[in-house]
Amino acid sequence: MSNTNKKYWKGLPQLKNDPEYVKHADKEFVDLGVQEDNGHSRRDFLKMMGFSVAAASLAACEAPIRKAIPYINKPLDADPGIPNYYASTYLNGGDYCSIVVKVRDGRPIKVEGNNLSKVTLGGTSAQVEASVLSLYDNYRLRGPRIAEKASDWETVDKEIIAKLNEIAGKGGQIRIVSNTVLSPSTKAAIDKFKAKYSTTRHIQYDAVSNYGILKANQESFGTAMIPSYDFSQAKVIVSIGADFLGTWLSPIEFSKQFATNRQLTEEHREMSRLYSFESNLSLTGANADYRSMIKPSQEGLVVAQLYNILSGNGESSIDGIAHLEKAAAELKSNQGKALVVCGSNDKSVQIVVNAINNLLGSYGTTILPGTPVNFRQGNDEEMAALVADAQGGKVDGIIFYNCNPVYDHPKGADLEKSLKSVALTISTSSTPDETASAVAYMTPDHHYLESWNDAEPKANSFSLSQPAITPLFKTRQAQESFLVWAGEANTDYFEFVREYWRNRFYSPASGMDFQTFWDKCLYDGVLDLANAPASYTFSGNVEAALASIASTAKASNSGLELVIYESCGLGNGSQANNPLLQELPDPITKATWDHYITISLKDATELGIENDAEGRTQLVNLTANGKTISVAALVQPGQAPGTVGVAVGYGRTKVGRVGENIGANAYPLVSVGETLNYSITSGVTVEKTNESFQIAQTQIHQTYMGRHSVIQESVLSEYQKDPLAGREFPKITDWDKKVDPGALSLWKGHEYKNHYWGMAIDLNTCTGCGACVVACNVENNVALVGKQEVINRREMHWLRIDRYYSSDADVEDYKGMEQASENPEVVFQPMLCQHCNNAPCETVCPVAATTHSTEGLNQMTYNRCIGTRYCANNCPYKVRRFNWFKYHDNQQFYTSNPAMNTDLGRMVLNPDVTVRSRGVMEKCSFCVQRIQVGKLNAKKERRTLQDGEVVTACQAACTTGAIVFGDMNNPESRISKLLKIESDPERPYSIDKKIGNPRAYRVLEEIGVKPNIFYLTKIRNKDKAKENA
Amino acid sequence: MQATSSVREILVTGGKTVRDVSEDISRQVEAKPSRLWWTAFGISLILLLFGVYCLATVLWEGIGVWGLNKTVGWAWDITNFVWWVGIGHAGTLISAILLLFRQKWRMSINRAAEAMTIFAVICAATFPLVHMGRLWLGLYWVLPLPNTWGSLWANFNSPLLWDVFAITTYFTVSLVFWYMGLIPDFAVIRDRAVRMGNKTRAAVYNALSFGWDGGAKTWMRYESVALILAGLSTPLVLSVHTIVSFDFATSVVPGWHTTIFPPYFVAGAIFSGFAMVLTLLIVTRKVFKLEDYITIYHIELMNIVIIITGSIVGIAYITEFFVAWYGMVPAEFYAFYNRATGPYWWAYWSMMTCNVISPQLFWFKKLRTNIAATFILSIVVNIGMWFERFVIIVTSIHRDYLPSSWSMFYPTMYDVGEYILTFGFFFTAFFLFAKFFPVINMAEVKSIIKSTSEKKH
Repeated sequence: MSNTNKKYWKGLPQLKNDPEYVKHADKEFVDLGVQEDNGHSRRDFLKMMGFSVAAASLAACEAPIRKAIPYINKPLDADPGIPNYYASTYLNGGDYCSIVVKVRDGRPIKVEGNNLSKVTLGGTSAQVEASVLSLYDNYRLRGPRIAEKASDWETVDKEIIAKLNEIAGKGGQIRIVSNTVLSPSTKAAIDKFKAKYSTTRHIQYDAVSNYGILKANQESFGTAMIPSYDFSQAKVIVSIGADFLGTWLSPIEFSKQFATNRQLTEEHREMSRLYSFESNLSLTGANADYRSMIKPSQEGLVVAQLYNILSGNGESSIDGIAHLEKAAAELKSNQGKALVVCGSNDKSVQIVVNAINNLLGSYGTTILPGTPVNFRQGNDEEMAALVADAQGGKVDGIIFYNCNPVYDHPKGADLEKSLKSVALTISTSSTPDETASAVAYMTPDHHYLESWNDAEPKANSFSLSQPAITPLFKTRQAQESFLVWAGEANTDYFEFVREYWRNRFYSPASGMDFQTFWDKCLYDGVLDLANAPASYTFSGNVEAALASIASTAKASNSGLELVIYESCGLGNGSQANNPLLQELPDPITKATWDHYITISLKDATELGIENDAEGRTQLVNLTANGKTISVAALVQPGQAPGTVGVAVGYGRTKVGRVGENIGANAYPLVSVGETLNYSITSGVTVEKTNESFQIAQTQIHQTYMGRHSVIQESVLSEYQKDPLAGREFPKITDWDKKVDPGALSLWKGHEYKNHYWGMAIDLNTCTGCGACVVACNVENNVALVGKQEVINRREMHWLRIDRYYSSDADVEDYKGMEQASENPEVVFQPMLCQHCNNAPCETVCPVAATTHSTEGLNQMTYNRCIGTRYCANNCPYKVRRFNWFKYHDNQQFYTSNPAMNTDLGRMVLNPDVTVRSRGVMEKCSFCVQRIQVGKLNAKKERRTLQDGEVVTACQAACTTGAIVFGDMNNPESRISKLLKIESDPERPYSIDKKIGNPRAYRVLEEIGVKPNIFYLTKIRNKDKAKENA
Repeated sequence: MQATSSVREILVTGGKTVRDVSEDISRQVEAKPSRLWWTAFGISLILLLFGVYCLATVLWEGIGVWGLNKTVGWAWDITNFVWWVGIGHAGTLISAILLLFRQKWRMSINRAAEAMTIFAVICAATFPLVHMGRLWLGLYWVLPLPNTWGSLWANFNSPLLWDVFAITTYFTVSLVFWYMGLIPDFAVIRDRAVRMGNKTRAAVYNALSFGWDGGAKTWMRYESVALILAGLSTPLVLSVHTIVSFDFATSVVPGWHTTIFPPYFVAGAIFSGFAMVLTLLIVTRKVFKLEDYITIYHIELMNIVIIITGSIVGIAYITEFFVAWYGMVPAEFYAFYNRATGPYWWAYWSMMTCNVISPQLFWFKKLRTNIAATFILSIVVNIGMWFERFVIIVTSIHRDYLPSSWSMFYPTMYDVGEYILTFGFFFTAFFLFAKFFPVINMAEVKSIIKSTSEKKH
């Protein structure tokens, strides 16, 4: 058998029994050994290279990782992309506003007024609107500091408590210094502190003081209070240097009240009349029907003269003040419907003002002393005493609670020096500001949007503040600090406020449990209690006051006088690091980013100051009260000759990169007497220097050149006769006749089958305050461009307020009309995209980046835009804004535009609105993102969209309700009713609707672009119209 | 009765023969460039490089480096655009319309004029491109290309889109026309190169001449194509600047919205184009010693065109003012009042002086036959025409409807730099052209020289 078995060999080596083979015979695979080992093969190289190239290109393609961390446990009410709204309270010094905070994805991005508030009545101001950006201020302290070095709360508390005890042990004096505190709970927390350290006194002061009113009321009525005013009840208002629409006491509330009597309809042809006697052209003066220029030294005499005429005492303190007799006569004939207010901080003047109001029966009608307000409770004397005590070494501990007296008190420099010798100095300021930098301990407070708090702006009106975001930094609520330092067991301020409310406001008799009550209060944000009527009898010593006025005032003063005022945008300077406010044009001067004195043309000419239309001017040395500051000079129509005005709020040195070293600090110029005096009537000099300076203004042409197609205005007496007063009806020429501009068109005209959005703006109730401008900036992520770019006339504001002065020149005299009157009439015109139906911008865009929607909107498609700027050239209203540079993620604009250039700032951006890139055009969209939200909500709920559901940001911000937005196809909408829109039954959706309101006009009607924004004529309550443009 | 027409002026002087023509005109192509050429070319190149730097800055930083603002969205960019397009008109006018009208004097100047047209149109086209905020997208979004965006396409209502078509058409036709004319001349240089034994040059010019054989059939075809292209170009002379003027005329801006613009712009374009041709030719004839081909007679004829077009432009200016007054539209009236007396009065009066008053000097024969006077005035005219566009664009929009937005325009280094860029390009290209291409159309000139029998001895 074996022979038949075939034998197979693996190969010759096996056959031959090669020893090399035998050695490895048991292995299945023969190891041939490494035959070639010359490092790496070509193949390896190619593999490695292939891998590296692929890896490198993959890595390069991958987008950088952004921090987006999803919730592990999603809170019930936090849905990505869906905003929540929380009622809260804006508190800044003594300024107050009840607000609603819009929170998107855990970040507060917008602040709006709370309509439930009986104090601010849903209004806001530019400062309130801008405050949301201050939350994300890079300059904020990240945590407590000891002597400028970062520390932690435990160490800080230990050291502070030890020092406090040491001071208390030796009976040393402790002071808590603050601005007016509106919060009762805060006061209670401070009381706890005071209880623990019995030598503590709480001193309140205000950067801009109204102590004179407090003192005058103390003498007139026996109570140091500031009453509520009700401008809505007044038919005749006389303001003597009180800018109640801009900055005086409670401007949001006053604007709202004032506007109610400025609304005119065909049915109600009545309005109030406002007289203004002032030196600077203020917002109130600009809205006055009759404005007279006086010097501050005459202020007291004007008040006295008004009293003399009204009381009929036969005396005369001053003559020749325009409109004074007329004002007095009208006040007299409107007793009970009259109101006199005065901005003076002089006690005697305010006593005479009280006497006048008493004669006029204003108490109980237009002035409500029964509901005193809690704003501006600062005590100038106590504050001056504190500075003196600190200098004299009589104080051992000072806690600055959210105030900055080193900067904003006239004696700030003295205070700063003396702080070095005070044993314990603490500041709770959330930024290392001038005062905080001068103290030993910085214990930063939360921003108000991170805080629990409450407020009592007026007697029996309360509101709550709730955090809208978890604190960004390791800050701690100041009230909690007080409680900790007081050694309280329970230091949680939320609990503290809640307990305070439980004890003070909650009554089980209401049938609600406390939680329900608390939730309701928190939801509403406000709580109003019934007012206990109180009667006040005037018992001031008018004779003494008149004598005092006579001794200080001067009917004629040859020297220059100075009025120190608070600017509408920047206020007292506490928000100076907020670029929204720095770039907000001053309502009157239209200047941004700059500090200046306002001076009359006459004085400027005498001093040789040349201020051209482009804002080029010289620096001047302004000396008052022994101090000199160097600021630019701005020639201001309406500035009383012989006076200059200068704003506080500038010249901050420690405020952050945005606001640092803009202008000079004007607080040291304020004279310190019994009360702080903001009018310096002697020792004022202005010396021109040769240093040139350019002020960045957003508007460089002052008058409207007699163009009645832009501004249509008249006076009440004419309006009463004919509601079409002031209207102009331009005609265009057809081949055989004159026709309305809308009648001839190349276009077929649109039909809007669903909504037809439109807007009405009442020039009568617009006060020009600028809150809408800031609101629009915040809502629409509008870039802020900084001073140089404003000088280059490239501000990005989608909504601006045009301010025009009247001119004395004849309408034919074009050169003359460029010059404003010495004391001009002023008109404000909010100007935004007019959403033309025959839009000139749409036809000229080569790529159809701007198109018309089916709802009447003129839309801008940013990612389609190639930036030819043809649309902007062809826009008759010049409302289109071009992105000249990349304003986001660009260090060049870090200072002016932190909201797009810092990680912190970016949190404020509205995620619903694209941040525009370089090279594209942008403009007002009628807040199309809000329209979409409104429509989607209605769609989800399967109903039609109701009027008032969609509110544009500017409309929401407008305190006076001058802006009305809505659906013009809906006959029930507010705008339809206001404009008295009548649809043609044949063509109900046509754009050519009949506008029944005789005051409604479209700007530049004659060019036939058919805007969807209507303006209501400006009607001044004057006897006779001014003759010239 | 016998009618005697006056003897026409000789178009080419110096008793040139056909051979002389080839010699004279090919000389500078074949010779080494002179020192003068190098200097001029070097300066042009430096200007071009500076311009490229400015252009790069604009593209890198954004349009903001220019002096434009919210009110004045166009200034130097579109001014320069219109100015260059205007200059680009003379070439086509000379080669097309004058060809159709059988104006033989055009033959010595049409080549250079056409080259100038091509370069001027390229210069002009840079501005609409660079002035865009997002050039990288605008380059192709304005073209009606098929895309995947559904109905999103170019907007045919926009005059800017019409511009795109007008300029590209004009450029294409001009280029083809110009190149067509060059072909026989390239062949001459090739043939001479073959004779001289310069193989490289022969190869290059052979390629450029597409192997031109000079056969009778080829000549016949050549002449028919030239006529067809002339016919095509003729309406373009009128249409291009008409369409450019539509950018303004169809807008609502007072001062722009004017029906007189199309003829006024066309006249202005020819006016400035002829002035530029004069400037260039006076230099060229001197540098390349072509006085016999470009004679005083040529210069005089062109100066006459300048008087005519300058007067048309002047009448247009006056008509605008008359209509502004007669029309009683307040905004328009103010726009013209502001032009003459507003902050830009100096620009307006510069324009009036340069464009309306100075060309009238050519009524004097002494001046219009004087080389120096013609050279100076030709430059003055183009300064005036630049101001005309600046006045129309800037003084109209800087003060339009709402006085609140009125503002001023101040140019920056980069505005100026972009203008210098185009000068740099224009002269660099022109010098290259003058060195490498025959600057006078030899083939055509040969047809108008007097034959030897007529030659004066």
